[in-house]
Amino acid sequence: MKHTKLKIILFVITQVLKGAIKKHAAVRKHVNGRSCVVQIVLKDGSAGRTYTFTNGEVTSKAGIHPNPEVTMLFKDIDTALTFLTPGVTQAEIIHAAKNFRVMVLGADASVVWFMQLMNLTQTAALEQGIPMADGTRRFTTNTNGGPLFVYVKDDKIVRMTPIDLDESDAESWTITARGKQFTPARRGMINPHAQCLKSVVYSEKRILHPMKRVDYDPNGERNPQNRGKSGYVRISWDEAFDMVAGEIQRQKKTHGPGSMALWHGSHHQWGNVGYYLSSLLRFGNLIGFTRVHHNPDSWEGWYWGAQHHYGNSLRVGIPGFYGLVEDCLKEAEMIVFWSSDPETTNGYASGLEGTQRRFWAKELGIEFVHIDPNLNATAQLYGGRWIPIKPGTDPAMAIAIMNVWVTEGIYDKEYVAGRTTGFEQWSDYLLGKEDGIPKTPEWQEAETGVPARVVRALARQWAKKKTYLAAGGLGAGFGGACRNATGTQWARNMVLLLAMQGLGKPGINFGNLQAGTPLDHNFWFPGYAEGGISGELAHTAGAAHTYCRMPHVLTMNPVKQMVPRQRLPDAIIDGKATGYPWDGFSQEAQMTPFQYPMPGYSKIHMLYRYGTSTFGTINDTGRYVDMFRHESIEMVVNQSIWMEGDALFADVILPACTSFERADISEWGNSGGYIHHNTDQLNHRIALFQHKCIEPLGESKSDYDIFTGVLNRMGTGAMFTEGCSDFDWAKRMFDASDLSKKVKFKDFVRKGYYVIPAEQEKLRSPAYFRWFAEDRHKDVPEPIPLPSQWAGDFAKGLQTQSGKIEFVPSSLLRGDPDNAERPPVNRYIPSWEGNKTTALVAKYPVQMISTHSRFSFHTYGDGKDSTVNDIDDHRIQVDGYYYWVMKVNPIDAKARGITQHSLIRVFNDRCSVICAADVSPMMAAGVCKSYESSAEVDLFMDPRFGRVDRGGCVNMLTPKRPQVKGTDGMGSNSCLVEFEPYTLPTEALKRA
Amino acid sequence: MSQWNLIIDVARCENCNNCVLANKDEFVGNNFPGYSSPQPLHGESTIKISRTVRGEGHMVDAAYLPTLCNHCDDAPCMKKGGDCISKRADGIVIIDPEKSKGRKDLVAACPYGSIVWNADLNIPQNWIFDAHLLDKGWKEPRCSQSCPTGSMRAVKHSNAEMAALVKAEGLKVLKPELSTKPRVYYKNLHRSTHSFIGGSVVAAINGVLECVEGAKVELLQAGSTVHLSETDAYGDFKFDALENQSGKYTVRVHHATLGYAEREVRLGATQFLGDIELSGTKAFA
Repeated sequence: MKHTKLKIILFVITQVLKGAIKKHAAVRKHVNGRSCVVQIVLKDGSAGRTYTFTNGEVTSKAGIHPNPEVTMLFKDIDTALTFLTPGVTQAEIIHAAKNFRVMVLGADASVVWFMQLMNLTQTAALEQGIPMADGTRRFTTNTNGGPLFVYVKDDKIVRMTPIDLDESDAESWTITARGKQFTPARRGMINPHAQCLKSVVYSEKRILHPMKRVDYDPNGERNPQNRGKSGYVRISWDEAFDMVAGEIQRQKKTHGPGSMALWHGSHHQWGNVGYYLSSLLRFGNLIGFTRVHHNPDSWEGWYWGAQHHYGNSLRVGIPGFYGLVEDCLKEAEMIVFWSSDPETTNGYASGLEGTQRRFWAKELGIEFVHIDPNLNATAQLYGGRWIPIKPGTDPAMAIAIMNVWVTEGIYDKEYVAGRTTGFEQWSDYLLGKEDGIPKTPEWQEAETGVPARVVRALARQWAKKKTYLAAGGLGAGFGGACRNATGTQWARNMVLLLAMQGLGKPGINFGNLQAGTPLDHNFWFPGYAEGGISGELAHTAGAAHTYCRMPHVLTMNPVKQMVPRQRLPDAIIDGKATGYPWDGFSQEAQMTPFQYPMPGYSKIHMLYRYGTSTFGTINDTGRYVDMFRHESIEMVVNQSIWMEGDALFADVILPACTSFERADISEWGNSGGYIHHNTDQLNHRIALFQHKCIEPLGESKSDYDIFTGVLNRMGTGAMFTEGCSDFDWAKRMFDASDLSKKVKFKDFVRKGYYVIPAEQEKLRSPAYFRWFAEDRHKDVPEPIPLPSQWAGDFAKGLQTQSGKIEFVPSSLLRGDPDNAERPPVNRYIPSWEGNKTTALVAKYPVQMISTHSRFSFHTYGDGKDSTVNDIDDHRIQVDGYYYWVMKVNPIDAKARGITQHSLIRVFNDRCSVICAADVSPMMAAGVCKSYESSAEVDLFMDPRFGRVDRGGCVNMLTPKRPQVKGTDGMGSNSCLVEFEPYTLPTEALKRA
Repeated sequence: MSQWNLIIDVARCENCNNCVLANKDEFVGNNFPGYSSPQPLHGESTIKISRTVRGEGHMVDAAYLPTLCNHCDDAPCMKKGGDCISKRADGIVIIDPEKSKGRKDLVAACPYGSIVWNADLNIPQNWIFDAHLLDKGWKEPRCSQSCPTGSMRAVKHSNAEMAALVKAEGLKVLKPELSTKPRVYYKNLHRSTHSFIGGSVVAAINGVLECVEGAKVELLQAGSTVHLSETDAYGDFKFDALENQSGKYTVRVHHATLGYAEREVRLGATQFLGDIELSGTKAFA
């Protein structure tokens, strides 16, 4: 009986295949030009059928084939029936596969092809996108800068627009504050780096076919010294895959585990399937690789410093933000923006959604203050008192504010007594009882350049008014002053300031209205850090939800060797490096160093780089040139969309396509992982299907397909794909998420997005830290700290040893008590590269800060012929070349004979970078500012100055020294430079 | 009959450039026969943003002024353009991409610099209010759709309705002296076109220099008071929307207990007077 049923099913499969080929162009495209014999069979040979594909057609025959290319082998009849019956769950499929009850045997390329075909027969009928009156089809996508409608005609993108919600989308929330009602616009507010993307998709810098460096021969002379200088020749994908897979296998045999380092930027194109924490990790785990371990680049001072005072390790030391938009609008009287420019940095990945909420604050009369060496975009837009400060001296000002509070008795004494520990010791430091130096506003003036009276005025206003402290771009952390030599001190002081004013009481909290909208926190859709398709449970947040909800085969990297990202060039050139881990599970994990090389593993001999440019984003990046040219590196692979940055140093270039040219699924702003409910920065939660809007340009392929191609050569392509295309994975993720309970896949794929309804007013999350201020059980929806990390009752207090805010942290007293650069009492220690390093100041008198960029998302959107290049605040065209912008003060400009938009050489002992000057009083004197993350690197030898970059990678000038001994925090905003007028050398430029 | 107008609030423009980029997204590489030929990827754009920075020290502000075709009702370009340029019933001015070939002279015809020369196609081009989209039922042009601050607002009104709105919201147009009757209106235009006089009032209290809050500040011109203000918690005051080159002013500062100060200003452009220290007891004039 069961055998008969199976035989019928096997017969029906033929009809399904035939029907699909007949009906769907996508299926015909998949089978065309492909000959293959596939057999589905029971292991004991008692039933089976053979399917023969030729010339785009399929025939089948019952019985066993002697020599099929692909065999789908079932252990027993029950497994076969379960597997082949429509409606089978993914859990059953994976369960059978993991227990080897089903195996698909054969060459991987054919196996993957056949399994993807089987899936395609089920999905090809789905209509994707909506036809428009003008003959275009409206697709949807999602980007780092927000979701887009993408209008396409004849396989060409006509336009990309923000998404306007329609009447069928869920209602928006309303907040009532001080008699006024506020409802957000029903539109996704996107960034400029999203609005420019059509130009970037069709950029002349797209890499359209695989390439090999002209003087690179993996079987002969590799010429590592010519990386970055030589040109390229076109090769086929077959050659490229053979070359890369062949080298990986040769390296394994020659050097052993760990010889390949796999290495990516902090961000990639948006999408849960294609992301680095998804496909890339799955790929890497199936090879085994030395991990280039990231430092917490946007968190730095919070991770290495602030968390010791109040916990929140699982947020990498930054505060949470539930309920704070409503609390701020209802209660706050002032917002102090301290190194906080949300109009430029937008918190994280949330477009310009927060902007309208800050206008509401202005409407309600909430006062703004901006502490920043630059009158930044936020200060420009909303106004308020600008307090220009010398970079890196912020802790001195914070300490002086607290000195005023103690001296004048204007802090929350009850809160300090009940909710904190160690205040007496801290107060002794503030008042100078410890060292004889009272930390008065006059004391700080010499450091910060901020008049003492202004600090006193601010301190008194702050004590008088219920105040939100916007520390960093998000308001609750990220970027800015946490990324300089004193970043750890600064972030610690931010917590201590609020500890003295009653953190968590109504109107007193962290934030700048960027985060904490009243959305639904119980609806689960995975963020990109939740593992995607990686199957990696240790290095993503996949274990908590994705792995349980979306059954898939787990993967792991058996190579435990790691290199700290900031030290990668040192590891290659010097052969060793020491790092400190980024581990969000505790306050203690960061204190144990790790070493490269790790005993037992091979040193690195191959670099596989994926996406984006390092030169603009890591410190002192001139080191990378020497790293790439190091003789120990036998192959450099770069998988890149555009010919830029690191790609110029590769031996083999694999051209990836943009996210517009492949399928994916995601939610706007949903990172998951260390930024739990990052979507609280948005006005509406929007989950999106990322349509394959157009075919990949040239011969480019999706990252997913490139990984598949490499792994097919090594026999693990089927394991990598589980027989799925990127579209199939997107469907699996849809099925796994709560989305599948609200909308049909068919409808979702057609319309392309779904608005997750806002929380009902009665069920909104309470304000963050309120539970703590009122000494109640925690009542906000975040699973942190871990259950074991509460010293007293579960969910009461904080993660610290005392359960309170600790002015002098027990974790530092316990783990790192004698570190003079991070003392338990958060003393002011001047920057190791700043005003006090007088010998260096004599040579390089200007402090350069390089902040997160505004018009590009790191390197994404910059360079590559993008339309953002024409924005004066981003790049300036001089003699036909787009130069990176350096903001300078008129006094500094005049002293050096520099005029608006003239070229300058910005330099120190590390390098020279050519920029265009933007001269304005919006920059404090003695300070210059640029964005980090130029995508372009354009190195040449200037006979006068040596190696010079005119791409605009100002990170070539920044120090690699860690912020604080015993950490790996980057201190890029502590950087002394000089600048002067510049003209290009008269002779032709030679690549350097 | 209702016609299109664009209202731009200068105080809400933050220079994000979404309008410029959306406009490029729409017109670069796209041909809309009868409306617009493809515009170039780089170079001068039909929507531009110019920056005005005022002040010094800590009292600095910046304003961004988006400019684009004004769709003037009495358009100087149309006088020169003949049948190359037409005005639609809905107020939108279109330069015909075919008929205007070679008419570089039209670039100079626009007193606002809003006609851009497309050297590749040898034609003058303007911002066409995205008429091709409005004709397909779009509710607004790309620039305002992409604006995250609500700085740009496209409205379709009768002339009477628009006149009422202009009055109610104090809207201005560029170069009103030319009487070109623009359909692009500006709010808070003074941030780009006018000056301020500002300063910080300080005084010694118990031997320590402090910011003076609540000092009365008076701005006088030719002996009579033109504006009154009061210092904030940081001692700052600011008189805004003053005509450039408007001559001699007197700033008088007075505080009930901390004293008095006076400064003479000859206003060219914005002046930040820096610290003004109070002394003596001279009464408020």
